[in-house]
Amino acid sequence: MALDDRKSDFNFVGTRPDRPDGLDKVTGRAKFGADVSAPGMLHGAILRSPHAHARIVRINTAKAEAHQDVKAVITRADFSDKPEFRPGLEGEFWNVLENVMAGEKALYDGHAVAAVAATSALAARDALKLIEVEYEVLPHVTDVDKAMAPDAPVIREGAADYSVPEGMHPNVVRYHESGHGDVEAGFAEADLIVEDSFVTEATHQGYIEPHACMGSLGADGRGELWCTTQGHWYAQKYCAALVGIETAQLRVTASEIGGGFGGKTTVFIEPVALALSRKANRPVKVVMSRSEVFRATGPTASASMDIKIGMKKDGTITAAEGIFRLQGGAFPGAPGDMTAMCAFAPYNLTNVRQVGYDVMANRPKQAAYRAPGAPMGAFAVESVLDELCNQLGLDPVEVRLKNAAYEGTKANYGPTYPRIGLVETLEAAKAHPHYAAPLKPGQGRGISCGFWFNHGGETSVSLALSEDGSAQVMVGTPDIGGSRASMALMAAEVLGIPYENIRVTIADTATLGYNDVSHGSRVTYASGLATIKAARHAIERLCERAAAKWGIPVDAVKWENGCAVPSGPNAGDFDPMPLADITADMGATGGPISGHFEATPEGAGVSFGTHIVDAEVDPETGKTSIIRYTVIQDAGKAIHPDYVEGQYQGGAVQGIGWALNEEYIYGEDGRLQNSIFLDYRIPVASDLPMIDTVIVEVPNPGHPFGVRGVGETGIVPPLAAIANAVSNAAGVRMRQLPMTPPRILAALKDNG
Amino acid sequence: MVEVHLWSGLRSLTGGRQVVEVEAKTTGELLRELVRAHPQLQAPIDAGVSIAIDGRVIASGLTEPIPPGAEIYLMQRLRGG
Repeated sequence: MALDDRKSDFNFVGTRPDRPDGLDKVTGRAKFGADVSAPGMLHGAILRSPHAHARIVRINTAKAEAHQDVKAVITRADFSDKPEFRPGLEGEFWNVLENVMAGEKALYDGHAVAAVAATSALAARDALKLIEVEYEVLPHVTDVDKAMAPDAPVIREGAADYSVPEGMHPNVVRYHESGHGDVEAGFAEADLIVEDSFVTEATHQGYIEPHACMGSLGADGRGELWCTTQGHWYAQKYCAALVGIETAQLRVTASEIGGGFGGKTTVFIEPVALALSRKANRPVKVVMSRSEVFRATGPTASASMDIKIGMKKDGTITAAEGIFRLQGGAFPGAPGDMTAMCAFAPYNLTNVRQVGYDVMANRPKQAAYRAPGAPMGAFAVESVLDELCNQLGLDPVEVRLKNAAYEGTKANYGPTYPRIGLVETLEAAKAHPHYAAPLKPGQGRGISCGFWFNHGGETSVSLALSEDGSAQVMVGTPDIGGSRASMALMAAEVLGIPYENIRVTIADTATLGYNDVSHGSRVTYASGLATIKAARHAIERLCERAAAKWGIPVDAVKWENGCAVPSGPNAGDFDPMPLADITADMGATGGPISGHFEATPEGAGVSFGTHIVDAEVDPETGKTSIIRYTVIQDAGKAIHPDYVEGQYQGGAVQGIGWALNEEYIYGEDGRLQNSIFLDYRIPVASDLPMIDTVIVEVPNPGHPFGVRGVGETGIVPPLAAIANAVSNAAGVRMRQLPMTPPRILAALKDNG
Repeated sequence: MVEVHLWSGLRSLTGGRQVVEVEAKTTGELLRELVRAHPQLQAPIDAGVSIAIDGRVIASGLTEPIPPGAEIYLMQRLRGG
């Protein structure tokens, strides 16, 4: 049978059919994390530390346990530090456990210290007040630079790994250094060197749906978990380890998900619900309040960065150097290495050096947020590039084109780039009417490029055909960006049956093989590749059945437009046999027809984007308005262009919030001051212009249809592009995010 | 022999060398041989590495073939959101 390995002409891929989850979501039929209940279900609530850093001297749960509505109270002692079948939790398992429920110390404001299950949510919350915790308050630190200073309080001795040079503060837990060439020699060749420092605050992904789950765990070590998550196999693995049961004995079902953006790639309340359930012997539901989401889930890292770039008068970059210090809460994991590797990735540099630090502070454990680490680095680097262009009187797109990486460029992080699409995005920016549009007084334009690696990851897909010729596809990657529609389109393309005849379901952990989390912009790439391969596997079976019916060899049958057909004139003269004609009697011709694919695809192509932003700054109030915004990004191949544009627009909008308003504000006491949406302001529709999009398609050689991930790259350029637009509008370089009205007014005042 | 380019932060573990040579036909062999030649590389490899073969980033696979003369870079394991 003949199957082309690479397609370039499509019947279904690239169209914009209705989304399969649309009706469920607009009618309220979709079931999110908090939308389930079970007979006898209890409600859980979590007691959280009011201190940024404190030793837990004593916890007295007696009064809470004695309350008639309370069915279970748990502390760290109810989790599995040393389950019998494992030698003890270590590494990231231990970090997650310590974050889920504090051990000897509360490490940040909001850190869980105990939990209650009661007959109502109100009773559970009230019962928390009956738990007595004696704390010994310790000195704390929440700022990244202060956390690295010699006199900073030590959060945990011995947390640093092999990479940290001697003499660093114990809060520095990982160090990265890479690059090539000779930066000093490069700076010596420059006509102009700009050196500057930048800071960004932590922001939250701001998903609309708070974390919610329902767990049930019996004394027999068998459990069920329903939760809103980007990865239910991850939840299964971690919850099983933390409560000390075997992985396969916990069945996890992913609910419909109301946004994740990286923040739902780990567990917070799920092990708590299971531990409460085991103790109470009843199902337990836990739903976070928004304040809990802010205080105790994973925001981004905050960052402090120093950038130095040298340029010739013609715009050629001669050398670039960046130092990126990222604070990721009271645990290792801040992506200083990713920031360092991504920041200069768009450029073809002869001399480059980048250093990243992972620093602990008394804040919640950072989690991923779309291209984790990359947006901050781009903000710093692209701001300096903008300053160089301004001082040398050069066009910012031309300078980026002059220095742009392309196929064959040695990347700043080492390898030689394969086929990439940065130049195409810059050419599209140059040609876009937005770039030539006149600006009014008080307005400024900003440009930025951005880069993200993208990811493959473990992936399993099953595809089952029905007797009537329709198909169901079981994938294991929660749909956070329209993947059910994309999977259906790719399956339709291969099978040759209508999109509407395919139903895609997110299977639970008991009904499909292992799947990595929906992260790293991997789903359309990896689950898509697996769907294509599973559909091709099913087609092999279909061709076998057709060959048997016709009495010809299977290699004389090929698949075309949804039908088995003879592969050539010598194969015999038979009418095309549609898929539904083969499936109609499949039970009697060999049994059910399905296709499967399990692998770890290793061909996720990197992706680039270029953003153009116009901003207007009110010099009286310091308020910034985004006047016009254009996103240009390489998608490789856009499977469902509506969703791709939605990802681009969403990245821009979240970037606008990060750039202008969003920040974690800590008081002197180390407590978060703005843990609700009234005080932590994300952009709303009235803050935004229509975000224009341009989809560039430079196919990824590692995917049968050319797909590159699109979910993350879109948030890399906005911070820088907006900062450049605001700086150009205000006439003063903005070095700190968010660029709130008070900060802009202060900058204008300092500038005279 | 395959030339393996390390990131510069690893030089302190390889006696100052940023390019090391090992005999390997797959990514798994490569990691094993790297540790045999430079035992201190065990820590970064345990912490998570990816391998770029001619610019194609292998995130975690140990069975990817390494063609003769391929450009090989060791990278820190990528994480996404």
